[in-house]
Amino acid sequence: MFEFLLKRLASVVPTLILVSVLIFGLQQLLPGDPAMVLAGEEQDPTVVAYLRVKLHLDKPLPVRYGYWVAGVLKGDLGESIRSQEPVLTLVLQKLPVTVELALLAFAIALLIGIPAGVVSAVGRGTAWDALANGFSLWGISTPNFWLGILLIMLFSVQLGWLPASGYVSPFVDLRANLAAMIMPAFVLGNGIAGVLMRHTRSAMLQVMSADYVRTARAKGLSERVVVLKHALRNALTPIITLGALELGTLLSGAVLTEQVFTIPGFGKLVVDSVFNRDYAVVQGVVLVTASAYITLNLLADLAYFAVNPKLRS
Amino acid sequence: MKKKLLISLLLLAGLAQVHAQTLRVGLAEDPDALDPTRARSFVGRIVFSALCDKLFDIDEKLNIVPQLAQSYAWSADSKALTIKVRPGVTFHDGEKLDAAAVKFNIERHKTLPGSNRRGELAPVTSVDVVDAMTVRLNLKEPFAPLLATLTDRAGMMVSPKAAQAEGEKFASNPVCSGPFKFVERVAQDRIVLERYDGYWNKQNVHFDKVTYTPIPDATVRLANLKSGQLDFIERVASSDIEKLIAEKKLKVARITEIGYQGITINIGKSERAQQNPLGRDPRVREAFELSLDRQGLAQVVMDNEATVGNQWVAPSNAFYAKNVPVPKRDIAKAKALLKAAGVPHPSFTLLTSTSSDAQRIALVVQAMTREAGFDVKIQAAEFATSLNMADKGDFDAYVLAWSGRPDPDGNLFSFHGCKQPLNYAGYCSAETDKLLDQSRALLDPAARKKVFEQIAAQVLKERPVVYLYHRNWLWAYSPKLSGVRDIPDGLLRVTGLKMAP
Amino acid sequence: MNAIAMPTSPKQAAKREAGPWRRALRKLTRRRSALFGAAVVLGFVVLAIFAGWIAPLDPIATSWGDIRKAPSAAHWFGTDELGRDVLSRVIWGTQASLLAGMVSVSIALMLGVPIGLAAGFLGGAVDLVISRITDAFLACPFLILAIAMAAFLGPSLTNAMIAIGVSATPIFVRLTRAQVINVKVEDYVEAARAVGNPPWRIALRHVLPNVTAPLIVQATLSVAAAVIAEASLSFLGLGQQPPAPSWGSMLNTAKNYIDNAPWMAIWPGLSIFLLVLAFNLLGDGLRDALDPRQR
Repeated sequence: MFEFLLKRLASVVPTLILVSVLIFGLQQLLPGDPAMVLAGEEQDPTVVAYLRVKLHLDKPLPVRYGYWVAGVLKGDLGESIRSQEPVLTLVLQKLPVTVELALLAFAIALLIGIPAGVVSAVGRGTAWDALANGFSLWGISTPNFWLGILLIMLFSVQLGWLPASGYVSPFVDLRANLAAMIMPAFVLGNGIAGVLMRHTRSAMLQVMSADYVRTARAKGLSERVVVLKHALRNALTPIITLGALELGTLLSGAVLTEQVFTIPGFGKLVVDSVFNRDYAVVQGVVLVTASAYITLNLLADLAYFAVNPKLRS
Repeated sequence: MKKKLLISLLLLAGLAQVHAQTLRVGLAEDPDALDPTRARSFVGRIVFSALCDKLFDIDEKLNIVPQLAQSYAWSADSKALTIKVRPGVTFHDGEKLDAAAVKFNIERHKTLPGSNRRGELAPVTSVDVVDAMTVRLNLKEPFAPLLATLTDRAGMMVSPKAAQAEGEKFASNPVCSGPFKFVERVAQDRIVLERYDGYWNKQNVHFDKVTYTPIPDATVRLANLKSGQLDFIERVASSDIEKLIAEKKLKVARITEIGYQGITINIGKSERAQQNPLGRDPRVREAFELSLDRQGLAQVVMDNEATVGNQWVAPSNAFYAKNVPVPKRDIAKAKALLKAAGVPHPSFTLLTSTSSDAQRIALVVQAMTREAGFDVKIQAAEFATSLNMADKGDFDAYVLAWSGRPDPDGNLFSFHGCKQPLNYAGYCSAETDKLLDQSRALLDPAARKKVFEQIAAQVLKERPVVYLYHRNWLWAYSPKLSGVRDIPDGLLRVTGLKMAP
Repeated sequence: MNAIAMPTSPKQAAKREAGPWRRALRKLTRRRSALFGAAVVLGFVVLAIFAGWIAPLDPIATSWGDIRKAPSAAHWFGTDELGRDVLSRVIWGTQASLLAGMVSVSIALMLGVPIGLAAGFLGGAVDLVISRITDAFLACPFLILAIAMAAFLGPSLTNAMIAIGVSATPIFVRLTRAQVINVKVEDYVEAARAVGNPPWRIALRHVLPNVTAPLIVQATLSVAAAVIAEASLSFLGLGQQPPAPSWGSMLNTAKNYIDNAPWMAIWPGLSIFLLVLAFNLLGDGLRDALDPRQR
């Protein structure tokens, strides 16, 4: 177990390096001169030249990468050329927003997906199964930006119940925060709910045919107790560990959801920065995201191992 | 007795309510750095109009009115502008605005590395402090657009003390002299400004706070206004205007811009110009212009929220050259011209950015010109890429708009002067350059107008840019908001705005 | 995941493989949802191929007088912001979406499977490098990668397909590699190697047939994801460029008119949903049919 952990940790650093090289390389290949993009309407040649020097664009690629790595090791992820704010500040400002969105989405997904999965497993072959299955399919088949637009149309424009965009920190006004986040969290969580439902279903099916469940039934316990207390509890761990791996999907989905609902989170920051050729920001965000993803993967793997002694060999 | 107390308490509360007012503005983009010297975006100017006062301002008719300047006078030879600074003005940090501060600011605009105002103030050679409240700007040659330049960011005054203290970081905590001072900014989320009690014109300021929220999606921006989360939004989608006016629940402003929407044609920027009949032959370009139905374009692309035009200023502008009126669509003549040029079916690529307006224009132009025999291929490129291509001359024609400047020179010089930065067409004519210099040196509007007419005759003959129309600035705001001034630069002025309870 | 019985010789393996496939097919056809999925996919394919005959009007024909008209007898799905018929555009748009889905996944398969085979088979340093690179790719959010690549290549349907295909490759690399590692240790493979078969022949005749089943399932599901990815890229302006119709770019334009002309958004969105749903149903059915451990 310890050995496994060490081995995994050892692979994290080279992976991160590769990620940074990949994104760095990709960005530098993007056509278009960032100095020109940032020089604004007037395109004053002096300003363009000044920006080019500031962005080290006059230096060769490996040198630029070197500058960036040196900065990262010092804790300086660079500066957003557009707003002159340090990337680290931007990351720290926006990460909590996307994390909140992702957590809310995951919570919604759990609230919808697990019961649906249980219903589907218990009512296997019946209409309930079909219904739950259909629901899960709807979740993974609907493009989330389309759903978002439709929800805005309904709840913000027509009914006026919820705000169409914006974000208020939960520490400032919890109610406004939830009102603004509920639609995007639902849109985002919808897709994951479908996947979670499937994981739950298969985990429950496996568990329900286990010996201890049969014993519980033989003991005369009600079906509901059997399902909820015994089966579900044991099925939960693999469900959650597998679900945590969906974080990657959540982050991808957050990109578009944040665009549609104008939520000032990571996803929106990255997309805008790619279009603005704000290299440092994209670099920093992808690095942080990749680190988070790798860490979570590691934790999920550990949890999975911890839970399932059979896999430890 | 209790009743009286209650009533007076309620009145007090009511008064307090009236005073604790926040104006919530929705912007179409997130501004860039909030430093007038370095600022490069249009949307940043909206925030500046509440944050930073400038020497002069413009009114609804594009007249120059004093703001931080009290009065001005040109010297006899027009090579020096003497400005008397308004007394009693302080910056947000308490420092006084005086002639020394103005000198500091002009020099900062000219010398700060990365300053975007350098080109605008290039004609100013030096600044003299005549006395404590009088400053003189010296010019190499008379420069008529100077006053107009000082109504924008080049005329904005920041606190010298703060600028020197903050240095590079000035943009994260700008200290200016406008009605509101900077409180905080969260990138892509909000900019918060707070009432400055030392403002010289504070009796006309009726808000305690102003917040600017960038919401790029026009539909979402409007939804926010409708649901009451915002009080004012800029750049409403033209397709939403009709319904808004009919519904009568929100107020709408439609102001003709000082900029334009046009198509820039590569006539000399690169080799490519010679390889394409459109770039090579002015007759083909004339045929192209004649095959366009500008009114139709305005209708389809902007839902008629635009005024057709064929010059860098709108037909309603005082400096519009009446000797070159907007041509009517004439397919027959277009075909004849193409025949005479020997290319009955010219083909070229129209470059656009991926913005929906630009793409719609391209599609409509493609359809309209097909009738005359043109085969237009559309190439969409992301903004950054398309800028690069334009700069290199890697295009045949490019759909490009310009936000506009109060003085026609701002819409003209950088575009049609030889080798100027925004001259993507690659137009170069010694004759035109001479006329451009002349137009800048004459202070008398009537004399300038004559020169502009000559420039129009020269330039429009070659058609480096086919001007299509002048869009309307479309604003929507709460019916409780009054005092909104329809100034053609598209910037909301917060002074004078009142919100009914 | 080997649902197939262990043969003792290559020839016998080939013979016995016919059995399981036929069994799988029978299982598939018994599931109604999978059949529905297959039927819908087929329907869209027909629409794509015969768009020219089926679509009532020219999808790029603009009409200034008919801008943003609600659905009517003349235009069943209404018209868009340039007066074009939405129904015709939706029908023609099927081509873009299906192409995007299938071509992207084909690219991913063509790149991913050989790389995965190499990694699994050759092991050692090759495996290490490939695995690290795959991990790196998978650690970047898929859409960010796709956006950056599409921005780099330039906005067009072809480039979007390449971007999505490359972004989806790592999954297939991983899948193939895992299968190879599983199968590598089987007796018959050891035997084949002992006899002196070159690795490529072993890969082709023994490993590949075992990998096919999960690959088919993953491919079907990836097509669904690719269709959504293309719509997402077009939504951001990086996919199919106007005037050519694509459901994603239609949604991109439609979002500006959601108040005035909601039909512009409803029909393309619904189409994406149906197509993706169909592929998911089909994929589910295939997964169940090919893996007896489920159910």
